[in-house]
Amino acid sequence: MNELITFPISKLQSLLSDREVSPSEIASAYLERIEAVDPTVQAYITVTPGVAEEDAKAALNRLKDGGTAPLTGIPLGIKDLICTKGTRTTCASRMLENFVPPYNATVMDMLNSQGAVMLGKLNMDEFAMGSSTENSAFMKTRNPWDTKRIPGGSSGGSAAAVAAGECPASLGSDTGGSIRQPASHCGVVGMKPTYGRVSRFGLVAFASSLDQIGPLTRDVTDCAILLEAISGHDPRDSTSADMPVPCYRDALKEGLKGMVVGVPSEYFVKGLDPDVENVVQKGIEYLEKQGASIREVSLPHTEYAVAAYYIIAPAEASSNLSRYDGVKYGHRSSNYANLMEMYQSTRSEGFGDEVKRRIMIGTYCLSAGYYDAYYKKASQVRTLIMQDFKKVFQETGCHVLATPVAPTPAFGIGDKTGDPLQMYLSDIFTIPVNLAGLPALSVPCGFSKDNLPIGLQLVADHFQEETLLQAAYNVELMAGCCNKLPEIK
Amino acid sequence: MNYEAVIGLEVHVQLKTSSKIFCSCVNKFGSSPNTQTCPVCLGMPGVLPVLNRRVVEYALRMGMATNCKIPKYSQLARKHYFYPDLPKGYQISQYELPLVEHGWVDIDVEGKTRRIGITRIHIEDDAGKLVHDESRPVSYVDLNRTGTPLIEIVSEPDIRSPEEAAAYVRKIRQLVRYLGISDGNMEEGSLRCDANISLRPEGQKEFGTKSELKNMNSFRNVQKALEYEIRRQTALLLDGQEIVQETRLWDAGKGVTHSMRGKEEAHDYRYFPDPDLVPIEISDQWMEEIRADLPELPDEKRRRFMEQYGLPEYDASVLTVSRETGDYFEEAVRLFDNPKSVSNWIMVELMKLLKQTDVSIEQCNVTPAYLAEILALVDKGTISAQMGKEVLQDCFGTGKSPASIVEEKGLSQVSDESELEAVVAKVMEANPKEVELYRGGKKKVLSFLMGQVMRETRGKANPKKVNEIFRKMLEG
Repeated sequence: MNELITFPISKLQSLLSDREVSPSEIASAYLERIEAVDPTVQAYITVTPGVAEEDAKAALNRLKDGGTAPLTGIPLGIKDLICTKGTRTTCASRMLENFVPPYNATVMDMLNSQGAVMLGKLNMDEFAMGSSTENSAFMKTRNPWDTKRIPGGSSGGSAAAVAAGECPASLGSDTGGSIRQPASHCGVVGMKPTYGRVSRFGLVAFASSLDQIGPLTRDVTDCAILLEAISGHDPRDSTSADMPVPCYRDALKEGLKGMVVGVPSEYFVKGLDPDVENVVQKGIEYLEKQGASIREVSLPHTEYAVAAYYIIAPAEASSNLSRYDGVKYGHRSSNYANLMEMYQSTRSEGFGDEVKRRIMIGTYCLSAGYYDAYYKKASQVRTLIMQDFKKVFQETGCHVLATPVAPTPAFGIGDKTGDPLQMYLSDIFTIPVNLAGLPALSVPCGFSKDNLPIGLQLVADHFQEETLLQAAYNVELMAGCCNKLPEIK
Repeated sequence: MNYEAVIGLEVHVQLKTSSKIFCSCVNKFGSSPNTQTCPVCLGMPGVLPVLNRRVVEYALRMGMATNCKIPKYSQLARKHYFYPDLPKGYQISQYELPLVEHGWVDIDVEGKTRRIGITRIHIEDDAGKLVHDESRPVSYVDLNRTGTPLIEIVSEPDIRSPEEAAAYVRKIRQLVRYLGISDGNMEEGSLRCDANISLRPEGQKEFGTKSELKNMNSFRNVQKALEYEIRRQTALLLDGQEIVQETRLWDAGKGVTHSMRGKEEAHDYRYFPDPDLVPIEISDQWMEEIRADLPELPDEKRRRFMEQYGLPEYDASVLTVSRETGDYFEEAVRLFDNPKSVSNWIMVELMKLLKQTDVSIEQCNVTPAYLAEILALVDKGTISAQMGKEVLQDCFGTGKSPASIVEEKGLSQVSDESELEAVVAKVMEANPKEVELYRGGKKKVLSFLMGQVMRETRGKANPKKVNEIFRKMLEG
């Protein structure tokens, strides 16, 4: 095993700037690692050695000429619903199995302009709908810590690849927990930024008002580096915020004196796995030891979040996925006699069960006569959930909230596929954050009795990513769980 | 029993902004298929719409011109249905919070003014087009038109006759053209109209069951389709039958409407606010900027023409039919200060030529300056009114200046036909022998007779004309 694949971005940066190693050498080390372990982990849908080689060459030239950026020569894996010009972007769906976008997502343009190196496209639940990556049309990604278990989802490939040393960092997307939950299950850092912090242009939409791209990394420092690289206003995304991007790395200071950490009682419910509860309690102690004061708080509408989410997200999804009709691109059935049959067969064949389930739920919720009872009511609940958080941050004076990420550590492959409701509850602690548009992350905080990683979720007020990173950095220092490579069996 | 028609119209107008409503593609008619498209208007995965600010401005202009209220916030909504010309599977339109609402326009029908309420005006994107292959059972999709900005103007059910409906649509066209926001061309589809029509016994307040008419692509067809539909519904009602709520298509060739779909087959569009687009917020300052940019509107201009130029109402309406006609009139009056005379010449002579040749007033060869020049020549007696009309025609055809036409044709000489005919008659009467000789075959005597005319007119007669008159009178 090449030592290079064990380093975080920050270490690779100094090796590159000291000319100890070239971008191609780093890329090759990762490509070899992918070849060695991906047949087991199955994190990548598409590996792109050609693109990586070209990117690495360009990065080398930049290093020679000066004018480098923080990510020059750093290899990355990209969730396969972020559009990459010239490289197929499947969304882990038969529908887009051969879809090659003629454009880049804005985040890809930003990474390219920094001279980052793309290693490939990462597996996920189809169209980001799921919590275990078992809904991919192509493969089941394994948890590198225990390959009989799921890596979490929907950004399961993104989390597993980082955990298995198949890339130093990756991009995922988070609609209801899809970055944080797999990050927790795989023992990596995963952040969902504030809604509007990162452009959604070129992110294939699942639920537009909830989706956000974010980084998955080996440690908190890398999270700050990658977040900074992809943040900022994009005129092509009307919902992106025109706010300055701070130097996030500067926020990583030891000590949390003056910080108030809220612990919402509603997040410590019956059914919370004791291992998870222990780790989260330890995380709260770490924060306190670093100087923060801990305060119990209440988010009274938490119990309605999952219900509201499973109306709003499918409603938006049913609309967003209307474009996959077999007319312009993507899969078209060969089995039809007229237009209506073409639509029906194409969509029946192209989408998997979970996607179809959500399209049906969403279509129902938006139908005439049901809109008020479902979509409108759910939107009102959403407002109440936002107000809960607002109170806690603005009236109670909390800077961050500390909660579990998921009720249990990674579960076994196939354990929940027969019970969609149980699967939906995996996101019970992450969903409210998306409904409120807040930034949150999962930082590795400990292990279960079975040696499965468990993360701590930290949540902050809108655009307070610096506070979030500072708190996470201190947890990382105390817990010492970051930058660990499991032995893949 | 007598029935009264209750009609409401939905008019779609394509806005002529330079780019499309949600992307930067050129907004233009008539390019080869699928050349004016990008990932955004093609509805590719992951792309996002960005609202063209100019579209909002154009729509607000129309809102102001139709006396609408302008709410501070407005929202775009998705309207879902599957069709191959709709790449996203939904149209981005407005539902709960339209851009403007509660306005009105006045229309004139048979000398009476009627006020028609405007329910709302909202913005939306147009769909593409299907091109059907006649030789094979396939259709092609052309997405150039996808994303063309539209406003939909919904009227109150205030219209009571097909004539009023046609007058209302003409008024809408006149306004969008005045405002410079659309060509308002029904034949090309830049202005499209659907109608809701029901009948009720005269004096009854409640509405009857309505049908929705589509596919009326000219003013005449709007009127004819509604006339047909009134006859059809009247016959059903008189026969004791019920009207079925349905959508009907107008067949202009056969002059009938036929059922397209019933109420049960109506789409459920599943409107909901578009999460990709933030609410439209209209600041007071923005509104004032747009208001300050509004041109003088037709009703206002007509009143001013009557007051300022002392024109009869009829003249004022004709001259304000378009902004360009009004501008033309005013420029000509500035150069030749006799408004009624200018009005007569525009309405009768110029408009006749424009109509014959299908040229627009602002593009025709007779500039306001040329018209003023012709009128001055007539006024000074340099040429007769009749000759003035000829000069106008000539100028219209060739673009030469009236002065040069007069000179070229020697029109400043006595060329007036009736005047010359009188002189020729007099000379013929005084020289019966020469007339006899000419008619007997001695054509040479014509020069003698010509000489006599020249003497009579002291050389000012137009020889060419005189020659023609002689030949006519001697031979004819």
